[in-house]
Amino acid sequence: MIKIRIEHLNLKYSDDKESLIDINLNIDANSITVLFGPAGGGKSSLLRVVNRLNDLADVKLLSGKVLIDDVDILDPKLDVIGLRRRVGMVFARPVVLPMSIRANLTYGLELAGEHHKDKLDEAVEMCLIQAALWDEVKDRLDDPAVALSGGQQQRLCLARSLVLKPDIILLDEPTSGLDPISTGKVEASLQELKQTYTIVLVPHSVQQAARTADFAAFFLQGKLIEVGIGKELFVNPKDKRTEDYIMGRFG
Amino acid sequence: MNITGGLNKLNRPTGSSSVRLQKQKMGYGLIISIAAITVIPICIMVLYILIKGLPAISWSFLTTFPYDGVKQGGILPAIYGTLLLTIGTAVFSVPLGIGAAIYLSEYAADNRWTRIIRIAIINLAGIPSVVYGLFGLGMFVIFLKFGTSILAGSLTLSIMTLPVIISTAEEALRAVPQSFRVVSVSVGATRWQTIRRIVVPQALPGIMTGVILGLERAAGETAPILFTAASFFLPRLPNSPLDPTMALPYHLFVISTQVPGMPVQIQYGTALVLIGFVLGMNLVASIIRSKARAHRQW
Repeated sequence: MIKIRIEHLNLKYSDDKESLIDINLNIDANSITVLFGPAGGGKSSLLRVVNRLNDLADVKLLSGKVLIDDVDILDPKLDVIGLRRRVGMVFARPVVLPMSIRANLTYGLELAGEHHKDKLDEAVEMCLIQAALWDEVKDRLDDPAVALSGGQQQRLCLARSLVLKPDIILLDEPTSGLDPISTGKVEASLQELKQTYTIVLVPHSVQQAARTADFAAFFLQGKLIEVGIGKELFVNPKDKRTEDYIMGRFG
Repeated sequence: MNITGGLNKLNRPTGSSSVRLQKQKMGYGLIISIAAITVIPICIMVLYILIKGLPAISWSFLTTFPYDGVKQGGILPAIYGTLLLTIGTAVFSVPLGIGAAIYLSEYAADNRWTRIIRIAIINLAGIPSVVYGLFGLGMFVIFLKFGTSILAGSLTLSIMTLPVIISTAEEALRAVPQSFRVVSVSVGATRWQTIRRIVVPQALPGIMTGVILGLERAAGETAPILFTAASFFLPRLPNSPLDPTMALPYHLFVISTQVPGMPVQIQYGTALVLIGFVLGMNLVASIIRSKARAHRQW
């Protein structure tokens, strides 16, 4: 089932840094779709279109359609706050808010109008279990979140995006600052999570892309070069440029 | 080639290591003496006023009215007046200053309009205080018909205080990492919710410091209240914002220059109370700052 349908998407920033040129891409539900390619190719920009976080940036041009469940989310009349609750995001650097572990998770829920303590506690436990962090923090939920290690902070960020029960999770190089063990934990969580969520991942390496992808899309200089089923694309890329990048022959 | 070989090459022009050590010591000495030069006058001044003024301080000095042409008695109405003026200034300048800072830091785009606002704020900070006094006289006392009153004085002091509050508060808001804002918005917060629940609480210690520093300046100023609020002598405490008031800095000015035969002790006593008032506020600001630094989570 197609969850996100991107049609003729064009994006330009005022500083002409990264752009997207005529992107057409379908993203399946309950799978991990990996967007990979060299830096500046437009992967992060695409993620930030999907939850309209680009509204905060200086965007010069944005055209085309992004349909989630057949609703165009680029519609100016769209309820952006509601969209962001349905589309969670995890950033490259773990950014925990300057509050307790628990408050980091309940923050979004309280903004959504949930104040019932039992419900909040339940949601906190649930999302921490999903992010494979519960056992490590269950006895110190009221400690400051910054006291956690980098890997734990990033899993907390993952939990924070899960707590709102979104449909889609966007991950922008979520393991770039993590050691191999923490990376393994996050990747393992993602394999679990895809049963319930649609996951779009910008990996921090080709290896991670190959390990995690159900579907993969190769981006180069703002263009979508090739899309395919993960296993096939990494073994047998059709485009020469994709092959060069995967083989590390990219200059 | 070994590692130190490369380093030696880099260091050769400055000569042997003992000479460099000597130079470093001299450099330190110079910096320490410069620092001492700035600190010593302050210490001497405070100490001098403390020694000369302390004998005048007593409970009755702080809690009674002056009499005999202010040559005897206490300074209660001046203390009370300065307190009122400071509070009055806070009432106007704090919400306005923080509001302007939030606008400049969180909402305003970087364009010609905001650049003009910023230049205006910087220039406002540079205007001599007596000019504020004259402006307050024309604007609040005469044009708005507030008369010589606490209200007019507070408004005048507010305008003078605003630049300090706005610029320190804006700086404190800008120091809050941008990533907090992005994360907050990404979990479904509006811009205003992000400001209210994340940005302002994080910036609050910095904002408070600016507020106190601004108010402290207001409390110690004479010129802005000279034409707008202050009175030479009042037999009773003010009981309405439209009453004039006595105030510590103005009282000090008066008893130091306008009253022949004024006992020196009372002059220094008054100066001591004023300095105590201002340094006390400074101390509070320092405590807030250091506590916040200890608790900062980023």
